[in-house]
Amino acid sequence: MVDSLTYTPQITLEFKIGEKDFFVAGECASRVKKTLQQLGLKQNVIKRIAIIIYEAAMNVAIHATSGMVTVHVEPDAITIRTEDVGAGIEDIDLAMKEGYSTATYEIREMGFGAGMGLSNIKQCSDDLKIESKVGVGTTLNAKVYFQDQTRQADG
Amino acid sequence: MNTYFHSVTLDTDKCKGCTNCIKRCPVEAIRVRDGKAVIVQERCIDCGECIRECPNHAKIAVTDSLAKLSEYKYNIALPAPSFFGQFKEQVNIEDVLYAFRGIGFDEVFEVALAAEIVGHSVHEFLNEYKGKRPIFSSACPAVLRLMQIKYPDLLDQVAPFLTPMEVAARIAKEQASRKMGIPYEEIGAFFISPCPAKVTEMRNPMTTKHSAVNGVIGVNLIYKDIIRHLGDRTTNGGLDKLQRATKFGMAWGYVTGESRNIAAATTLAVGGIHNVISLLEEIERGELKDVDFVEVQACTGGCVGGPLNIQNLFVGRIRLRDLIKRFGTREAYFTEADLQEIYRQNRFAATEPVEPRAIMTLDEDVSRALMKMERLDQITDELPGLDCGACGSPNCRALAEDIIRGIAFETDCVIKLREKVKILAEEILDLARIVPPSMSDTSKKGGVGREH
Repeated sequence: MVDSLTYTPQITLEFKIGEKDFFVAGECASRVKKTLQQLGLKQNVIKRIAIIIYEAAMNVAIHATSGMVTVHVEPDAITIRTEDVGAGIEDIDLAMKEGYSTATYEIREMGFGAGMGLSNIKQCSDDLKIESKVGVGTTLNAKVYFQDQTRQADG
Repeated sequence: MNTYFHSVTLDTDKCKGCTNCIKRCPVEAIRVRDGKAVIVQERCIDCGECIRECPNHAKIAVTDSLAKLSEYKYNIALPAPSFFGQFKEQVNIEDVLYAFRGIGFDEVFEVALAAEIVGHSVHEFLNEYKGKRPIFSSACPAVLRLMQIKYPDLLDQVAPFLTPMEVAARIAKEQASRKMGIPYEEIGAFFISPCPAKVTEMRNPMTTKHSAVNGVIGVNLIYKDIIRHLGDRTTNGGLDKLQRATKFGMAWGYVTGESRNIAAATTLAVGGIHNVISLLEEIERGELKDVDFVEVQACTGGCVGGPLNIQNLFVGRIRLRDLIKRFGTREAYFTEADLQEIYRQNRFAATEPVEPRAIMTLDEDVSRALMKMERLDQITDELPGLDCGACGSPNCRALAEDIIRGIAFETDCVIKLREKVKILAEEILDLARIVPPSMSDTSKKGGVGREH
């Protein structure tokens, strides 16, 4: 039951991403960024979040057949979740390595798929969980706390 | 300064309260209230989009008039490079420059000349710069104001130099003061402007504490006078050679001119505020780190597309290009050594950082802001999503924001109002059908009948 005394405001933003839908990734990031600016979050926090959303959405667009980005904002933190149906990741540790990529030649030709996505996401998140089943799909959960001062944003 | 001055204002008599301007404004700074457009002062960036858009010419730019020349002992005109594109093909640069003397200025100093200094300084700066790229031009005040409210993250990538207008005013006044023996304060420098944002920039400068410019006169105000005095060489004997800027400075009048002058390895030039917005979105996401310099101009086509200009932007651009080709002086007024010295002395570096202005925030407290956002989403969902603008806000989302901020009501939406009226009408109808028992038809029940 929802107790009115422990009620915390929260909002959820959802974006559908289709196969090779590169355009929508940028749009997600911009939309969320505008929302976070209205919430008055610090610029460096917003920037980290925007990078996570962009890279995560791009991963879905590049590697999956369809997927969903869900952004959940609470007063102290934001959770970014992507769920996709697609190839999945064989070796998550390897995929996290800078420069490791399974993107096709065509996608690299377009300037994407440089193998920086997941490592960028990791750098920007306070918490990151990835679950994947080959041939089924991948779920990514990234969390950023608004007040955390212990880590520095990258450039 | 507390009161944030704006050049773009409304001519209330002409405004018919239509919704064209509110839909075009890139920062959603206009509302229609009581049948008239209202500009939200703290949001307006003076880009001039509404001036172009208004079918009734009710949006105007307040600029100074020639009457202000009487306040100074010695007056210098500072024509923007784009100004020279406003004339017929047979007019040459020298004719235009002389016309300024004809209409009462003592001297004329081309802003294009100052642009060459800024161009050189930015070029040198980029050679030494090791930080985040791209570096943005600081020349367009409307773009800087846009960045202040929507892209504060990118502000530290703005080239740390004064605008050509500012540099021109400083050099022109210093030179005149020395030459004529008149105190600096008694010299008036007047920018001849295609742009309302430059007026705002003079009053509330972003990259310096105090502007050296004393007045900004709109091209639209001065044009007729200039035309009448084109080639007027009756003053000062007509023997001086007034044109000193080269093609490099003159080309700052249209988009790409500035980046060519700066001559960095990779440059990008964009004109038009909506194009600028999509580019800044991309750069804020971390794209285009391989680009050294981005020339960003609020007006399509650059300054030749300024809302106060006379000529259509394409005509203005071709005329300016043509003039540059025919009359662009070959010999530079400032030598390479002069320019190098100016750069090394840091003479025209910006003295103030461009500060962010967080005016989009719903509440200072994140938790409360989030609560408002929740409500905002709810209201937005309930609105029809037509984005018709009939409520006076530019779109449904903006209306929802206005409701949250307490400056609008849900019933401002005509569709919502219609729904409410429908419900009310149905209720009235239902009520009308209810007949008091004393009057109801009970004949069917076989009771005491009553005619009606």
